[in-house]
Amino acid sequence: MANLQPLTALGRREATTVTHGPLTVSERTDVALASVAARKGRMAALTKAAQKAGVPLPDPATHQSGAPYSAFWTAPEMWFVEAPFATHELIADLLKSALGDAASITEQTDAWVAFDLAAPDLAPLLERLCNVDYPARPTGHATRTMMEHLGVYLIKHGPDTARIYGPRSSAESLLHAIETAAHSVW
Amino acid sequence: MIIHHPILGPRDAQEFVYLGDASLIDRPDGMTAGVEVFHDYLYNRTNPAGEHQELWYHEQGDRSWLVVTRNTVTHEITKVELARDVARSRGRTK
Amino acid sequence: MTQSHRIDGGQIDRTKTLRFTFDGLPYLGHPGDTLASALLANGVRLMGRSFKYHRPRGPISAGSEEPNAIVELRSGGRQEPNTRATVAELYDGLTANSQNRWPSLRFDAMGINDKLSTFFAAGFYYKTFMWPKSFWEKLYEPIIRRAAGLGSVTREEDPDEYDKGFLHCDLLIIGAGPTGLMAALTAGRAGKRVILADEDFRMGGRLNAETFTIGNDQGANWAAASVAELSSMPNVRLMTRTTVVGAFDHGIYSAVERVSDHLPAPAAGKPRQVLWRIYAGRAILAGGATERPIAFENNDRPGIMMAGALRAYANRWGVKVGERVAVFTNNDDGLRTAKDLQSKGVDVVAVIDSREGGELLPGIRHLQGAEVIDSSGKLGLSSITVRQTNGRSETISVNVLGVSGGWNPNVNIHSHHRSRPVYDPNIAAFVPGKDGPPGLLVAGSAAGQMSTHAALRTGRDVAIAALELNSAPDLPQAEDAPIRISPLWYVHHGKGRAWVDQQNDVTVKDVKLAKQENFTSVEHMKRYTTLGMATDQGKTSNVIGLAIMAELTGRSIPETGTTIYRPPYTPVAMGALAGRSRGREFKPFRLTPSHHWAKEQGAIFVEVGNWLRTQWVPKAGETEWRQSVDREVLATRKSVGICDVTTLGKIDIQGTDAGAFLDKVYANTFSTLAVGKCRYGLMLREDGIVFDDGTTARMGENEYVMTTTTANAVIVFRHLEFCRQCLWPEMDVQLISTTEAWAQFSVAGPNARNLLRKIVDQDISDAAFPYMGAGNITVGGLRARLFRISFSGELAYEIAVPTRYGDALLREMLAKGAEFDPILYGTEALGVMRIEKGHVAGGELNGQSPALNMGLGKMVSKKKDSIGMVLSQREGLTIEAGYRLVGVKPVDPKGKLTAGSHFLEKGAAPVAANDGGWLTSKVYSPHLGCDIALGYLKGGDRKIGQKMRIVNLLAGLDTEVEIISPHMFDPEGERLRG
Repeated sequence: MANLQPLTALGRREATTVTHGPLTVSERTDVALASVAARKGRMAALTKAAQKAGVPLPDPATHQSGAPYSAFWTAPEMWFVEAPFATHELIADLLKSALGDAASITEQTDAWVAFDLAAPDLAPLLERLCNVDYPARPTGHATRTMMEHLGVYLIKHGPDTARIYGPRSSAESLLHAIETAAHSVW
Repeated sequence: MIIHHPILGPRDAQEFVYLGDASLIDRPDGMTAGVEVFHDYLYNRTNPAGEHQELWYHEQGDRSWLVVTRNTVTHEITKVELARDVARSRGRTK
Repeated sequence: MTQSHRIDGGQIDRTKTLRFTFDGLPYLGHPGDTLASALLANGVRLMGRSFKYHRPRGPISAGSEEPNAIVELRSGGRQEPNTRATVAELYDGLTANSQNRWPSLRFDAMGINDKLSTFFAAGFYYKTFMWPKSFWEKLYEPIIRRAAGLGSVTREEDPDEYDKGFLHCDLLIIGAGPTGLMAALTAGRAGKRVILADEDFRMGGRLNAETFTIGNDQGANWAAASVAELSSMPNVRLMTRTTVVGAFDHGIYSAVERVSDHLPAPAAGKPRQVLWRIYAGRAILAGGATERPIAFENNDRPGIMMAGALRAYANRWGVKVGERVAVFTNNDDGLRTAKDLQSKGVDVVAVIDSREGGELLPGIRHLQGAEVIDSSGKLGLSSITVRQTNGRSETISVNVLGVSGGWNPNVNIHSHHRSRPVYDPNIAAFVPGKDGPPGLLVAGSAAGQMSTHAALRTGRDVAIAALELNSAPDLPQAEDAPIRISPLWYVHHGKGRAWVDQQNDVTVKDVKLAKQENFTSVEHMKRYTTLGMATDQGKTSNVIGLAIMAELTGRSIPETGTTIYRPPYTPVAMGALAGRSRGREFKPFRLTPSHHWAKEQGAIFVEVGNWLRTQWVPKAGETEWRQSVDREVLATRKSVGICDVTTLGKIDIQGTDAGAFLDKVYANTFSTLAVGKCRYGLMLREDGIVFDDGTTARMGENEYVMTTTTANAVIVFRHLEFCRQCLWPEMDVQLISTTEAWAQFSVAGPNARNLLRKIVDQDISDAAFPYMGAGNITVGGLRARLFRISFSGELAYEIAVPTRYGDALLREMLAKGAEFDPILYGTEALGVMRIEKGHVAGGELNGQSPALNMGLGKMVSKKKDSIGMVLSQREGLTIEAGYRLVGVKPVDPKGKLTAGSHFLEKGAAPVAANDGGWLTSKVYSPHLGCDIALGYLKGGDRKIGQKMRIVNLLAGLDTEVEIISPHMFDPEGERLRG
């Protein structure tokens, strides 16, 4: 029997944390992720099942926190659902049994690298990275945007905290872009 | 340019990929239409100096295809719709 | 050297002294100086040689419109040519050199051009260097290149970084003079998000250069107080050293912020410049106005400057340019210079006013109705010749002449969408016209509102209008002098050269020549004479040029019109446009799950799009790439090889119509595929050409996993979304990319199954997991996927695990399968094996070939409608003798092939008419012991077995070959079903 040891998106055994000036960037390896897309004409059934299972299905451009499931909108009738990896490594299977055939569910955990950004004010950093009007957006705003040619999801958890989901294979390039911008600003 | 996405509001055109005339929605049925009809569908387009309906894909966004009504002379955008809705209104089904 | 020309006052910090050099000589200046103001303070006014005639030149302005005083700043990798000394902020240790002179600025050998000026008139190059044609490249161009041009670029890499960024605001205000400041106060106090950008390092605009009062205070003090108030507002962002360079569609503006140009070198990690993309709800152009000269003979000597610039140097920088000053003006503003200089104790010898009956300043000699007709002086002005109303000429000894021909509103940004400025005879200048960029309003002198009061008033009112505000702040008291101007574009006198565009050495005579040769449209005149080109884009010269053309052609100035204004407003460094996209940071990289292992092994990587894929993995002793690749191929075919195929696009397709959807997008049928099976799929474009290919597996009743080629992953996904949303919106189908979610490895070779048996938890015997089987499995309990597919022709599987376990899976396979001597093979070996098998890839999927040409014509089902099905039957795509995929090997095994070579019949001349097709892919096959290739050959399916030639004239190749089946290795496919 194999006992495979995972690597993080940055190619290490442990999640990476880097700091520069007021900024802390933390790689998150403890998040399980799956996409949930409503089947055609099954939105009502999905809403009902999701409510029962405690899976939030927030409005467009928003993120809704919960336990164990949080979620953000990614496309019409489609969401990314987050849960703790330790308890929900098989998030796709768990959601399938909870939501039945009202949704198409696909595991996304390892398709992305997650970075949490923390600084008293993230706006000066993010204005160097993407075209999102961060200070004007409410907490809970979730959007897809581009950072140094990479398509990422940006979730505003506050003026001082945000999460970025970037393509996993470009984790190093994305971290480098964030660090470079941080050096440019601070 | 700024495209006012029907769901997401104003978004920079840099996030989109342009395809072309929205008449591409009106694909003939391959089981009944022949080469001539498909040829017209694929190659014969109007090229107006003025209002033009065109397809844009929000690739760095929510992956919606949009029908954007844009003046090709002034770049003024007067209408933006989800292509899915336009397709349905034009009778497209399965 | 002492600052011999420094006078009292100004906004410089005299408590600190800065050292700098110009052409190697040391000078002193103060913080607040520009390079030009500091040089003038040191008595240096010769700063450059002109472009064509190498005439000695000094600054004429005190701003970004400067045509003459352009220098090379810094040295080494930071050397920057064509920098305007008038806006280069002085710092301690600055080094600058003059340009376009040899051996020195004071003695320039190319000054001979000035004596030969007759030969260098407009159009000279066009007419002279036309014939003979062969002389151009060898003789003319090198000579012209050496003689012409401005600065020289460094050959070293720029060591600095450039950044970009995105800003958002309710109101962008371009220019922080009285207009911009008043607009910003109005909008800022109303709580709006405001960006106030100014190209200068000190906000205030002309208020810093004038002695006006606003309210009870000096204008400069009012500006400083306003800036202080604005900087206390969290909703206002003040951006000095920031030039808004272009207006784009829908309220997008670009601006360059010179973050570190005023420092010897940027601080660690900090950019030199930032290119901002500004999203503005509304914008106000408050860019002020630019003074223009009057052309007269020899009006280009150092010391002849704009009258307003003389005021600016005196009032803002505490500099008198010379001791004896005259002013030549056609409007009241010129008189301000005389007044201000006089009050500073400078000897104002005369005011030459082309008008009659203007104001007379006490203590200054006025010559009204007079014109300056000539000047003299070597390397600088020593006297002017004035023609009075009675026709008498008088020579006046002066070393400075201030010229004012009126002020041109800076309409540029407003005209970036091709709005044509309109001529306003009241100020004898063009003002913004209709149909400017939507959302952009203009105020102050940019709108032709020339007084300080009008600037403040329109700044406030336009801000109110732009943002629909309800309250209006009170306006402070300010001068509201009327504009009194009598247009005078050039002095009609003599045959000497009167300069219109000093940067391009264009004279009144050149404009006349353009007229004579019928280049009378302003656009033609510009191209013919070069008037208005280069770094200043004619900011001081365009209007004079077109006014002269108007006079020559008998048209009015409005009829003559202006040339088109385009971004950028002032020159932008290439570095700022490139931003971070340089060198290794040009684009992001994508790393495969096996990257870390491969790096440890010293693998060679190849860039495939953004991916870094292993190309081959050299072993000790291998000195040449082919040794490694041959070994990888032989080892795989002999036992087992592993290849990282994670880069192939993977798209999860679910929904009750998933199968029907695939039938639409693939040329062949997928709805009938059994669960747990996969199939090769061929995707066409609607025009009938092959778009992409790959295997697609049915993982469940309503669940498929599609693979795409690495290169097309993104555009296939886009296409599927188009089909789903635009063509068949009622289908129940959902899509998501899972390319990065799974680490996927191909395991190929006779021992592939034996190796995988040691890894996976399930029975994978041929019976349990037959060819083209697919399914969910486990690896030591870990969820995984297995597909029995082959690209190499060997018994092969693709195994996938969640990406984080990819590295471990690879190591596990290599370790547990050690008895089979597994190797990891790269993209080269992959290519060899697929070509040996005749599988199409990049070279064959060239976007021009229908399935028929690939030998895959039968895959296009006519029983169902699919994208491209109908047009694949077009006449042109179904020619019987059309291109067909063939295999190729040299008759002599030592014979060489190269991709891109062409097929020719034996004995046929290598001309296009005899072209039979081309080689799409070529490799060396270690099994066949020779070069082999795939190619498209006309009627190729009927030429199997024939002998032809492969010709490549560029490579000097002419090889006799045999046309063979593309299935060159194991044509019966016995190995892969084993």
